[in-house]
Amino acid sequence: MNKLQIITNGILKNNPTFVLVLGMCPTLGTTTSAINGMGMGVATMAVLIMSNLVISLIKNLIPDKVRIPAFIVVIASFVTIIQMLMQAYVPSLYASLGVFIPLIVVNCIILGRAEAFASKNGPIDSILDGIGIGLGFTLALTTIGAVREVLGSGAIFGYSLGIADYMPLVFVLAPGAFLVLGYLMVLFNKFAKK
Amino acid sequence: MKSTLFNMVAVLFSITLIASAGVGAVNMITADAIAETKAAATKAAVANVLPEFDSNEQSEQTIDDMPIVVYTAKKGDKTVGYAVESMTKNGFGGVIRMMVGFTTDGKINNVNVLEQAETPGLGTKMCDEGNALLSSIQGKNSWEVEFKVKKDGGELDALTAATISSRAYYEAVARAYQAFLVASGAKDKADGVSGATAAKSASKEGNTAQEGGQNE
Repeated sequence: MNKLQIITNGILKNNPTFVLVLGMCPTLGTTTSAINGMGMGVATMAVLIMSNLVISLIKNLIPDKVRIPAFIVVIASFVTIIQMLMQAYVPSLYASLGVFIPLIVVNCIILGRAEAFASKNGPIDSILDGIGIGLGFTLALTTIGAVREVLGSGAIFGYSLGIADYMPLVFVLAPGAFLVLGYLMVLFNKFAKK
Repeated sequence: MKSTLFNMVAVLFSITLIASAGVGAVNMITADAIAETKAAATKAAVANVLPEFDSNEQSEQTIDDMPIVVYTAKKGDKTVGYAVESMTKNGFGGVIRMMVGFTTDGKINNVNVLEQAETPGLGTKMCDEGNALLSSIQGKNSWEVEFKVKKDGGELDALTAATISSRAYYEAVARAYQAFLVASGAKDKADGVSGATAAKSASKEGNTAQEGGQNE
């Protein structure tokens, strides 16, 4: 598998949201607007790259029976670090993502990639996998967020399109998240996953 | 790697040790920046709800088991208003925290919602400029307002399809008003109408007596 393929795999063939259907909690919860979805995606990508790198480096030192706790400790540390950095330097994004930042710890994409990829591959490939899967997740969340924002509140990336009063609010609420996710998944699997 | 009791304990211990050291180090780096960001946000919120001032003092109260912070804003030696950081736990999405600005005579100057987790597009409208909640209390004399939405027999507007959020909003404003009364020393006035009038007339008499004295 060449290096570029690892990245495109994460975006298309193994897209975490539309194909693997992992990490649904933050996907449904944070995509009320495009910028929130993007922020969540980037934060997750940062954690994923770092945890993939570290786990691929220490994979030979970890006894098999305690590998899951060891992975979780690594992941949780990086999430806490990201959380503190966001709180210090991008407080507005931190405020709007709220509880979903600490919940990156239990995002199964990250543990899933640690178990399925980083613990079997070298550090360079693991970083590339983190970038690919992270980009796939970010693009998916941004798309879902943008669609929900346009349909639900008549705006895109916070810029009002002046049609807010005619838009069905349901798309910003939880049922709209399921609807948008479902239809985007159908479209993605029909056209993009070739 | 094959698992033995010794290597499992040793590896997990070392990983947690290194991880906690890393988290601790980042905490030391970011702690100041986080505190600064928070202080700046509070300062901006106080400035947003009050007329111009150049210094403020901070005091804390506990009302209904919730911590309420009162910032007394002064221009020179003169008090120009009180900003009260109030909260409620009864929002649709839990806690709502807000900064309520009172002028010295008890008018509600402005309200700034600091933290909320309401439904996007419905309850979150409480953060918008000139929303129905704010405009129905802004500039009013707070002792004349009954902090109730129309649905509950009050006179205040609620946000469309967000009655619970609206109730919580007014509840927090009412709590801020309680704190304002204590902070501004007007507490006795609100305790009972008869007591208040008695105190008022007493002080009036005192004033006239004094004035009379000066005239002579």
